[in-house]
Amino acid sequence: MTEVLVRASGVKKAFGQHQVLRGVDFEVRAGEVSCIIGPSGSGKSTFLRTINALETVDSGSLIVRDEQVGYTLRDNRYHPWTDRDFARFRSGIGMVFQRFNLYGHLDAVDNVARSLITVKRLPKERALERARAELDRVGLAEHAHKKPHQLSGGQQQRVAIARALAMDPALMLFDEPTSALDPELVDEVLETMKALAEGGMTMILVTHEIGFAREVGDTLSFFDEGRILERGTPAEVLSGEGSARTRAFLDRVR
Amino acid sequence: MASTHRRTTPFLTQSGDEIAIAPSVHWRRWVVGALALGVFAWAASIVIFNENIRWNRVWEYLFSQKILDGVVVTIWVSIAATILGLVLGVILAVMKLSKNPVLRVLAEGYIWFFRGTPVLVQLIFWFNLAFLLPFITLKIPFTQIGMRWDTNTLISGSVAALLGLGLNLAAYFAETVRAGIQAVDRGQTEAALAGGMTSAQTMRLIVLPQALRIIIPPTGNEFISMLKTTSLIVVVAGNDLMTNASQIYKQNNLIIELLIVASIWYMAMTAVATFLQSRLEKRFGQDRVRLVRGPSFSQTLIRMATGAIPTQRAASRTKETVR
Repeated sequence: MTEVLVRASGVKKAFGQHQVLRGVDFEVRAGEVSCIIGPSGSGKSTFLRTINALETVDSGSLIVRDEQVGYTLRDNRYHPWTDRDFARFRSGIGMVFQRFNLYGHLDAVDNVARSLITVKRLPKERALERARAELDRVGLAEHAHKKPHQLSGGQQQRVAIARALAMDPALMLFDEPTSALDPELVDEVLETMKALAEGGMTMILVTHEIGFAREVGDTLSFFDEGRILERGTPAEVLSGEGSARTRAFLDRVR
Repeated sequence: MASTHRRTTPFLTQSGDEIAIAPSVHWRRWVVGALALGVFAWAASIVIFNENIRWNRVWEYLFSQKILDGVVVTIWVSIAATILGLVLGVILAVMKLSKNPVLRVLAEGYIWFFRGTPVLVQLIFWFNLAFLLPFITLKIPFTQIGMRWDTNTLISGSVAALLGLGLNLAAYFAETVRAGIQAVDRGQTEAALAGGMTSAQTMRLIVLPQALRIIIPPTGNEFISMLKTTSLIVVVAGNDLMTNASQIYKQNNLIIELLIVASIWYMAMTAVATFLQSRLEKRFGQDRVRLVRGPSFSQTLIRMATGAIPTQRAASRTKETVR
């Protein structure tokens, strides 16, 4: 049996009065590509962000890579993580954002090398070497010395993927990685992600690309109002034999 | 605004003949322009042809040794006070945004104190520091190794000025830096944290470098305003331009003449500083949204003097906003 990398049970989260997550149960095994779909405001992005502790959890249990996210059990008590604990935990998880979030003052290769130098403490030369190799892998070797604003959206997103991969993550999180892209730039990013999935990377992907989820995903979860309404293989969930709510959503996005 | 667009080619008839465009006569502009010029010339003539102003003395003092010495002091005090203010301002801003409540309260207290009291009072206070601390001692704790100075010799007029103006600027500049830090997209912080950096690394390596690019235009403004604020040093006799000018006119009573001399120097320094600021903006403002501002009159003069005539294109290029 393969290792479970993420196990959420009864995860709840509120922003003020607004209950965003109302008890999420979720599981991802090593090597799995797990896609999450659902209407906007259903809590899918918030849930993704709890996995690398960009959001805290109010109640329930969230175990990622054998750690209760945000706490360490010692002497029969849970001790909240320090800044350093969070940094160490996050350095093993890659994240790709909807709006790319490349460091605006650094060119592509420095964007990729930054965490290698600061977090992994690689010597500068080796970090840059690795960064160039990662850019080459996403097909952007010749753009290494461009600033983010000189790159197209699709190129920026591929740099962001390279930046996350350079850290050798055990798990990659994608938060609607193609939603901010012009339609003609979506495919180059999806191709990059597909290659990654075929290479055996564990991926959790919040997306509106139903076609991609069907083709590449191992599991598909449908989020609605802070819960997972349906979960199974993409074929099962997309068959439309589940709830009326899922069907209505699928009819709208297709 | 009236349309000033001009065709680049004349109209053509069907047979291909050119039909000329009649020149438009903007008579309203001429009348209003002439009126404005008249008022301005009248006001200027009151000063220029005033028999009580001895212009030959102005030229005489413009490059006199004492005035030049004052200019040098004004420049170095302005630069040093601005640097002190900027460095301290960044530290205060980071403290103010810190999660540590002690740092936050201290920063806010500092800002309140220095913004809540007139800079003139602060200058006099620093000048009279000897009253509180007759000696300033720096020594390694529990040892006899250290140094000791007489406060009155250490805190001269210009050092008091430097301290007072720098500490005061820091309080104002902290707010600018804080705004700059908060203007950096939240996504930058999230990306850095997701990449495994600590909050301190994120601030130092990702947020601050981008915030500083945003606040470079206001930084230039602070320096330009500092050049003139230094004239307050006159109250602590700091040997700056204004102090020296006032010492001269207190002896010979040529008050207006020496104020003109000082003004000419302040205007010259401001013009140079404005020019340097525009260079700084060009250098740093490329990948960020910036305040949109055309070249100032003095900038235009300097550019023309240095042979680089500003074109409409160059001016509009500085308006590019990219992100």
